[in-house]
Amino acid sequence: MNNSIDTIMILLVLMNLMLLGLSSLGTCIRVVAAQGIALGILPLVMHGGISDIRLTLFSAAIIGLKGIVFPWLLSRAMRDVSAQREVEPFIGYGKSVIIGPLALVVCMWLGSRLPLPLDIVSPMLVPVAFFTIMSGLFLIISRKKALSQVLGYIVLENGIFTFGMTLAEKQPLLVELGILLDVFVAVFVMGIVIFHINRELDHIDTDRLSSLRS
Amino acid sequence: MSLLILGLCVIACSGFVALLWGNKPKLSSSLACAGVVAGAVLGLIPAITVLLNGAKESLRYDWSIPLGSFFIELDPVSALFLIPIFVLSALAAIYGTQYLRPYHQQKFLGAHWFFYNMLAASMAMVVLARNAVLFLIAWEVMSLASFFLVTFEHEEKQNREAGWTYLVAMHIGTAFLLAFFILLGSSTGSLDFDVIGNIAPSTANILFLLAVIGFGTKAGFMPMHVWLPEAHPAAPSHVSAVMSGVMIKTGIYGLVRTLILLGQPQEWWAWLLIAIGVSSGVLGVLFALAQHDLKRLLAYHSVENIGIITLGLGLGLLGLSTGLPALAVLGFAGGLFHVVNHAFFKGLLFLGAGSIAHATGTREIDSLGGLLKRMPWTGLTFLIGAVAISGLPPLNGFASEFLIYLGVFKNGITNGAQAVVLALCIIGGLALIGGLACACFTKAFGIIFLGEPRTEHARRAHEVAFAMRLPMLILAICCILIGLLSPYVIRYAAPVLTQATSLDSQVVAEEVADTSTVMWWFVAAAGLLIGLVVFLAVMRKWMLRGRTVRSAGTWDCGYAAPSPRMQYTASSFAQPLIYLFKPFLMTRSKPVSTKEYFPAESGFATETADVSLRYLFEPVFNWINKTLSRLHWLQHGRLQLYVLYIALTLLILLVWKMR
Repeated sequence: MNNSIDTIMILLVLMNLMLLGLSSLGTCIRVVAAQGIALGILPLVMHGGISDIRLTLFSAAIIGLKGIVFPWLLSRAMRDVSAQREVEPFIGYGKSVIIGPLALVVCMWLGSRLPLPLDIVSPMLVPVAFFTIMSGLFLIISRKKALSQVLGYIVLENGIFTFGMTLAEKQPLLVELGILLDVFVAVFVMGIVIFHINRELDHIDTDRLSSLRS
Repeated sequence: MSLLILGLCVIACSGFVALLWGNKPKLSSSLACAGVVAGAVLGLIPAITVLLNGAKESLRYDWSIPLGSFFIELDPVSALFLIPIFVLSALAAIYGTQYLRPYHQQKFLGAHWFFYNMLAASMAMVVLARNAVLFLIAWEVMSLASFFLVTFEHEEKQNREAGWTYLVAMHIGTAFLLAFFILLGSSTGSLDFDVIGNIAPSTANILFLLAVIGFGTKAGFMPMHVWLPEAHPAAPSHVSAVMSGVMIKTGIYGLVRTLILLGQPQEWWAWLLIAIGVSSGVLGVLFALAQHDLKRLLAYHSVENIGIITLGLGLGLLGLSTGLPALAVLGFAGGLFHVVNHAFFKGLLFLGAGSIAHATGTREIDSLGGLLKRMPWTGLTFLIGAVAISGLPPLNGFASEFLIYLGVFKNGITNGAQAVVLALCIIGGLALIGGLACACFTKAFGIIFLGEPRTEHARRAHEVAFAMRLPMLILAICCILIGLLSPYVIRYAAPVLTQATSLDSQVVAEEVADTSTVMWWFVAAAGLLIGLVVFLAVMRKWMLRGRTVRSAGTWDCGYAAPSPRMQYTASSFAQPLIYLFKPFLMTRSKPVSTKEYFPAESGFATETADVSLRYLFEPVFNWINKTLSRLHWLQHGRLQLYVLYIALTLLILLVWKMR
C-alpha cells in the first residue's frame, strides 16, 4: 500500500515540476487535470479500497471536479477568450525548473522538522504537500496570464488537499467536501472574471491590469 | 438588567427594521425614532434605579472570541452616563424625524437611521461593557456609526474631508486604547475589568498616559480636539447634538473607569488633568469666540466644557492623591455633574442651531439676525441653553461649576499657602472660561436673534415644527430643573461619587450632605433672582398700564434710513477680545486696502484656523506622508508581487519557527 502512495507522491512532484517548465497553456490544463485524478485516487489507496461507499463517492467527486469539470471550464475559458496558448512567465522556464528542485529540498527539510499530532502513513506526504502548495504559489506569482493563475490556485489547493490527507483520520471528509465546494465556486467565479477582463480589456495579462489604477 | 438588555435590543432591532424599509422615508424615520424612544424609556428605568440605590447588576456569558467574554455590568458610574445617553438619543431622534424631512426625496434615510440607532446602542454598550474586547468592539461600532452619520451629506467635499479627519482621529485614539488594554491585560492577567491586579506604579503611569491620549481623543482634549470643529458642522444637527452631548463623554467615562481600575492615583496625574482642563477650557472658548459658523462655535464650546469636566476630575484626583477627601468628592462631583449638564445644554444648543439652519438655510452668524421675532420658541430655548453653558445662575451649568469652585475654595482656605496659589490659578482660569463663554454667547445670541435680519435668509425664517420644538423645550426645562433641584441631585449622586473616588461611603455621605446644604443657599439666591425678575416684569407691566406704548425699528438711532447692514456684526463684537488673545488665536485677516484716491470695491475677512491643526498635526502628517512615500514602490498594484509578499512572509515564518 505504501508503495502505491509513494508512487502517487512521486507523480505529484513530477507533475509540479512539469507545470513549472511547460509553456503551453493547454498542456498545463491537462497536467493539472491529471494531478486532480491522482489526488482523487489517493484517499482510496490510503484508506483501503473501494469497499467504503462514502470514500468511493468522495473520490469520484474529486476526480469528477478536478479531473473533468475544472479542465473543461478552463479549456472553454481559454477558447472563449482566444488567449494566446502560452503561459507567458515573468520568470523563465529554465529558471523555474531550477527553482523547483531547490524548493523541493526546502520542503523536505521543513517536512522533517514539522511536528505532527499523529503518525502519518508515509513520510513523503508532508514534503510533497508543501511542495505542491509552493508550486501553486510560484505559478500564481510568476505567470502573467490570468488563466495560469487559476491553474496555480488549483495546484495550491491540491497541496492543501494532500496535506489534509495526512490528517484524514482526524479530519472528517465533510470538511474536505466543503473545501472542494469552495474551490469549485472559486474556479467558477475566476472563469467569469477572466471572461469579463478579456471583454473589457482585450487581454488577460494581469501585469497590465495595473493600468486600471488611477 | 433584563429591561436594559431589552431596551438595547429594541434600539438595535428598530435600526435594522428602519434599514429594511429605508425606501419609505417616513415609515423608516418613525420606526427608528419609536425604537430609540421605547428603548431609551426601557433602559432609563434600571439606570435610574441603580443610580439611586447604588447597587450593581451584572451579566456574564462566555464568548468564543479569544480573551473576550460577554460581561456587562450596570453600576452607578455607568448609570450616570447612561441617563444622558438615553435621554438625548431619544430627544434627538424625535427632532431628527422632522429635521430630515427635506431630504426625504434625495437621500436613502434607512441607512442614516440604521447608523443612528447603532450609535445609540453602542454608546450604551460602551459604558456597560466590562471586558476589553467587548468594550473595543462597542467603541469601534460607535466610531464607525458616527463616521457614517457625519458624512450624511457626502456630496460636499468639505463634509467628506471632515469625515476623514474624524475617522483618522478616532483610529489614532483607538490605537492608543488597544495598547492600553494590552498592557492592562498583561499586568492584571485578564481582560475583564473586575479583576484588580497588582499594577506596578511605572506600568500605571504608562497606562494613565495611554488612557489620557486614547480617551482624550474621543473627548476632545486640546490638542487632540481637531476633529470636533470639523465633524460637528458637517453632521446633521441632531447627530451633532448626540455626538457633542453624549458621545464625547464616553471618552470621559473611559478616563473615569481607568482611574477606578488603576486604584491609588499619583499626584502628577492630577496636575496633568488640571493642566489639560484649564488649557482646553480657555483655548476652547477663545477659538469659539473667533468662529463665524454657529456649529463650529458650538463645537469649540464642547472642547471648553470637556476642559471644565477634566479640571473637575483633576481636582478630584489631587484630593485623592494628597488625602483630601473634601476636594476629591467636590472635584469628582463637579466634573461628573457637568457631564450630565453639558449633555443637556449642549444638546439643546445644537438642536437650536439645527433649527436655525433648517429655517434659514445658513449657519453663518453674520448673515442672520432678528430671529427672536420669527422663531420665539427656538430663541427662548436657545437663550436658556446659552445662559446654562455660560455658567450663569440659576441654571445647571452654574451648579456644576459652582461645585468645582467650592472644592477649590475649601481646599484653599484649609490647606496653607501653596493651596491658595493653586486656588487662585484655578479660580482665575475657571472664571476666565466663564467670562469668555458669556461673551461668546452674548455674541451668538445677540447677533442671531436680536436686531434686524441681515440677509434674505434670515428675513424668510419661520418657526420650526412641533416635533423639533418639543425636544428643545424638554431639554430647556431639564436645564432649569436640574439647576434648581441641584441640592437633591447632589445628594442622590452619593453612590456615584463613592464608586468614582473609591472613598469610604460614610466620608462621601458627610461631604455630600455638607455640599447639599451649601447648594440650598445657591437655590435660595437663584429663587431670589427669579423673584426679582418676575417682580420687575410685573412692575413694568403695572407702570405701563394705561399708557400708550409705541414700537419703532431696532437700532434706529436717529437715522433717516437705517439699514440692517449698519448693525454690529459678530466679528466686530468679538474683535476686542480676539485682539487681546492674538498670540493664541493667530487670526489671519485680509485687510481693506484704501490707498488709492478713488478706492474701488473692497472686502474684509478674518479667518481663525485651528492652531494645533495647522502647526502640529499638518506638519506631522505631511512628514509622515513624505517619509512613507519613499516606500511607495512597494505599493505598485501588481497582483503577482503581492502574492509573493504573502508567500515569502509565510515561508519565512515557517522556516523561523521550524529552525
